[in-house]
Amino acid sequence: MAIGVLAFQGSFNEHIAVLRRIGVKGVEIRKPEQLQNVAALIIPGGESTTMAKLAEFHNMFPALREFVKMGKPVWGTCAGLIFLANKVVGQKAGGQELVGGLDCTVHRNFFGSQIQSFEAEISVPHIADKEGGPPGFRGVFIRAPAILEVGPEVDVLAEVPVPDKVKNSDIAKEIQEVNPECLNKVAVAVKQGNLLGTAFHPELTADSRWHMYFVKMVNDQSEEAKIETETETETSSNIIKSGDSSALQDPKIELPIYLP
Amino acid sequence: MSGSGVVTVYGNGAITETSTNKKSPFSVKVGLAQMLRGGVIMDVVNAEQARIAEEAGACAVMALERVPADIRAQGGVARMSDPQLIKEIKRAVTIPVMAKARIGHFVEAQILEAIGVDYVDESEVLTLADDENHINKHNFQIPFVCGCRNLGEALRRIREGAAMIRTKGEAGTGNIIEAVRHVRSVMGDIRVLRNMDDDEVFTFAKKISAPYDLVMQTKQLGRLPVVHFAAGGVATPADAALMMQLGCDGVFVGSGVFKSGDPARRARAIVQAVTHYSDPGMLADVSCGLGEAMVGINLNDEKVERYAARSE
Repeated sequence: MAIGVLAFQGSFNEHIAVLRRIGVKGVEIRKPEQLQNVAALIIPGGESTTMAKLAEFHNMFPALREFVKMGKPVWGTCAGLIFLANKVVGQKAGGQELVGGLDCTVHRNFFGSQIQSFEAEISVPHIADKEGGPPGFRGVFIRAPAILEVGPEVDVLAEVPVPDKVKNSDIAKEIQEVNPECLNKVAVAVKQGNLLGTAFHPELTADSRWHMYFVKMVNDQSEEAKIETETETETSSNIIKSGDSSALQDPKIELPIYLP
Repeated sequence: MSGSGVVTVYGNGAITETSTNKKSPFSVKVGLAQMLRGGVIMDVVNAEQARIAEEAGACAVMALERVPADIRAQGGVARMSDPQLIKEIKRAVTIPVMAKARIGHFVEAQILEAIGVDYVDESEVLTLADDENHINKHNFQIPFVCGCRNLGEALRRIREGAAMIRTKGEAGTGNIIEAVRHVRSVMGDIRVLRNMDDDEVFTFAKKISAPYDLVMQTKQLGRLPVVHFAAGGVATPADAALMMQLGCDGVFVGSGVFKSGDPARRARAIVQAVTHYSDPGMLADVSCGLGEAMVGINLNDEKVERYAARSE
């Protein structure tokens, strides 16, 4: 079994390219029935409004909610994080449909428009613990959301200080209402059970530690499933047999990774 | 390596920025374009149309005073839109808002940067401000998208700092022929380049008047080193899917949506066609009953002005 990447719009090619780099097969998901063939799902970055609209046209939301409910690992980056959140502020008029499951409040365009997009070295002690490498990670924030408030079962994996520009903008007022503590720093990566959410884009960097971390979550999950359903067939076997060669032979070309 | 946008696949500085623009590196500029991949960017002239585009699933909107078809019909000098209009559109939607500046008119670009649009289109659809030079896009924090008709033109624009390329097509005609010609020209040149001996690349770079390092990088990647959309003449879902199957990352739709009989439905159909571009069954479904398409212009007519040929 492979890892599915929701391929309505956005950086799904980039996610599949990173998975390929670490020897895991990524599959594009565009229809509800395709979800049955994957062990886990990545919801990529993109325009969350666009992705929600397309998911709505294709009646994808019930299937996605079911997928989350079954406890299968799901990772949302940027727009994907918005999808997974239980509550979103700063949405378009009329709101947008969400998958939900991650007990947190997300602000949609917390860091402002493109001109306020930035790169920052963020501290990721948890990832460095599990995957090794340096304690920092190059986070690319593009019209990024932020996590204002988390429930008791949610672990915060990374935080960034709030840029001065945001502090002085109208958004500050909205933040004040939700959680005044967010005026200094906000969470940008969270984990709750098998749900992972990041406000930045690990798929745009050469560092694949977040993807390896997610793959480990998937492997742990399938291991558990195996123990529970020992008598059943091998459908839930480990998705990654070290260096799945067929996954590496996909000739599709990807965009280069730009360094700052 | 700080202060220079280097591409890891080559390691030794294939794309280096000429400015010391630390706050908004090239990676962040290209990053937004990457988030638009697989999406449709629609021309809108007011907040109401912007809302229709957002509801239909557009991944960004281009704020304009007149769509290209009207610029063609009315003539006169086409300039940057009123910033007031762009601000209104920005307030109306949550998706990124782009706006057009005249080629070479860097002050229009400065104004657009000041009002905080997400992307500037240095566009040949507006009347030229400088017929020799383009804007030096490295000087801006805001990312730029530029038009091209062939590989050389695309790589010249990237060297000037464009973080996204669109093939020009012929805007406001509802006629896909030029768009196909330009996409095929870019893709064809890349295919030729890929099979070329490394020794021949120097002469090829000279022939297409493009910087050698970018030509070499394109050869190694097998694609343009930035996101590549198609534009100019897309009027139906099938047109949009054609552009995607030819290898583009997404589609601009200008006059095609709001000059048609049922804009909301057509917009939604084109968005779906771009997502499911390789699924003819789905394309057939979304193409059904869309009402009248825009009338379009036959490009065999000598009197039709060619916008695409305005800049090199």
